[in-house]
Amino acid sequence: MARTVAETIRDLTRGHIDDGGIVIGQCLTAVGWVQNTIPPQTKGIVELPMTDICGSGIAVGAAIMGKRPIFVMRFQSFLWLNASPLVNYAAKSKEMFGYPAPVFARAIASESDGSGPLHTNCFHSLFMHMPGMRVCAPMTPKEYEAIWADYVAGDDPFMVSEHRRSYKSEIEFEDQIEDGAEITLYAVSAGRFNVEDAAEALREQGIRCNIVHLVWLKPFEVDARVLAPLKASGRGIVIDSAYEIAGASQSIAYDLMLATGCPVKAVGQFDRSPGVAKHLENGTPTAERIVEAATSMIKDG
Amino acid sequence: MTDANSAGPAPLEPLDASTPYPVNPANDPRRSPDFGVIDGLAEEMDRDDSLEMFRRMALTRYFDLRVQKAQLDGDVDCFIYLAVGQEATPAAVSMSMRGSWVLGQHRCHSIYLSFDGGPMALADELLGLPTGCCGGLGGSPPINDIDKRIIGHNGLVGDQVPVAAGVALTSGGDKVVCFFGDGAAEEDYVLAAMGFAASRDLPLLFVCEDNDLSVLTPTVERRTWSLTNVAEGFGMPAVDITDDPWLVDHWTRKMSENLPALINVRTCRELWHVGAGCDNNAEWNRYELTKETLAGMQLAAEVEKIETETSKFVEDLWRERLQKRSEILPAGT
Repeated sequence: MARTVAETIRDLTRGHIDDGGIVIGQCLTAVGWVQNTIPPQTKGIVELPMTDICGSGIAVGAAIMGKRPIFVMRFQSFLWLNASPLVNYAAKSKEMFGYPAPVFARAIASESDGSGPLHTNCFHSLFMHMPGMRVCAPMTPKEYEAIWADYVAGDDPFMVSEHRRSYKSEIEFEDQIEDGAEITLYAVSAGRFNVEDAAEALREQGIRCNIVHLVWLKPFEVDARVLAPLKASGRGIVIDSAYEIAGASQSIAYDLMLATGCPVKAVGQFDRSPGVAKHLENGTPTAERIVEAATSMIKDG
Repeated sequence: MTDANSAGPAPLEPLDASTPYPVNPANDPRRSPDFGVIDGLAEEMDRDDSLEMFRRMALTRYFDLRVQKAQLDGDVDCFIYLAVGQEATPAAVSMSMRGSWVLGQHRCHSIYLSFDGGPMALADELLGLPTGCCGGLGGSPPINDIDKRIIGHNGLVGDQVPVAAGVALTSGGDKVVCFFGDGAAEEDYVLAAMGFAASRDLPLLFVCEDNDLSVLTPTVERRTWSLTNVAEGFGMPAVDITDDPWLVDHWTRKMSENLPALINVRTCRELWHVGAGCDNNAEWNRYELTKETLAGMQLAAEVEKIETETSKFVEDLWRERLQKRSEILPAGT
């Protein structure tokens, strides 16, 4: 029976606790158990007081001691406060001290529905900037299982950029490669949901396009899977739920351009604060915006 | 002075009703070489233990004075945070707490050496050698010797304190000692970590090495509250004392029976916050006072022997490591 992303995270977490691991975070046992991603139990769950910064430091200490903590941040807005121990300690530990601090940091992105400037958030790009952490954005059950297996097999700290829009989804995305495609759409985070609609709209306009789904942001592997469709289509767009400027979309677009010489645009959040009012929202690029960017690129040659 | 059976000094109340905390350091009896001293502790300690405690103080002092010279000579060019003047606290705490998990920060060579971290690895670290305790990446603050349970520090003020809380949360009951300074005590995450330790009843001893200076800004300019008051507010035992090593040892043993707890130790930094310079503003010289006490216990000859041996050990170590560096790193590296 298919599971949703949230159920997958919950079941992996339960298994981790059964194996002696712990989950650390604020308000984990509140109504909903973090969108149904935490098993409804007290065993293995460390409720933190509302101590951002300190809370991630506690998680780092537990990681040093081999407890492999899952550190949960219910909104990525909280990453700004909690980043320091993660990037300054956990990320450096193996290189500097010779022992790892493998925190599995779950940070949940959200948008719309009145989230406004406070909780419209997707800040995984911050963590790509600093050495020592692996950064990924799994959006499907199998992807989550794969990145969890990767975490367990290694000893690196992970920044796992989740998105609320994925939690109730059972979808498994596959790359879509078409003969005669005029553009390749690279999709990250919740952009992966919108890009499917955008591709459909482009096809209705007679524009063939490729879709390449990206889970790993750092390390970002510039391999044949990502390069071949771009070389064939001659142009590309990277779509991400995070801010465009100095963000994952621009960074990946740069890598792709450098490797192929093909023009690649970045499309992410606009460079302004998101508002609560519907017309002031600033979330993941919509299908309409992706279509506009694609047709504009194709028109410009 | 108080006697050994008392509840200890009473530092948690204002000096009197008309003198709110803080007071000008010059008029603050807490900043005194006698603050909270208990008569007879030195004589009560086994003589060999007293000498071992002094040996640890001497190792820090001679080592850090050698680092100071190395910087002045141009052999060490990284930022250095020297513990000269503050040797007593880690040496005393280590007497009963070696084997615990230990975390520290700036001015931590004293912690590292007192808790049996390898002197050669520390010298190599300061010399930028791959055999340094952080592979040459860390420099002066990031002490690290995991085999001795000394957990590394990344150089950010006080961020070892939440990490220490996480270590204590998952240590299986093993004790944890976390050193930090009076400046770090003002970091929000340090206070939050104290609150978490109290709420979770963690086996964590907080030791604040209170030299009254954050870089060069005195406490009176920075805050109106005392850390011991805060600790008590969190519900943990707390004591405020001077850095007499026998006194620190006494309270460490006593407090470690009922963790978490805080010991705020008034101490004096002889050298700059960072670098080899000296402002001559230390209010007392604990190292010399300790020697005087030992001399009063008819141990002057043993003290002299320890200093001679330690001085030779440190000099030989640095000579050999400087030679080693010249062999493996290009000139000017």
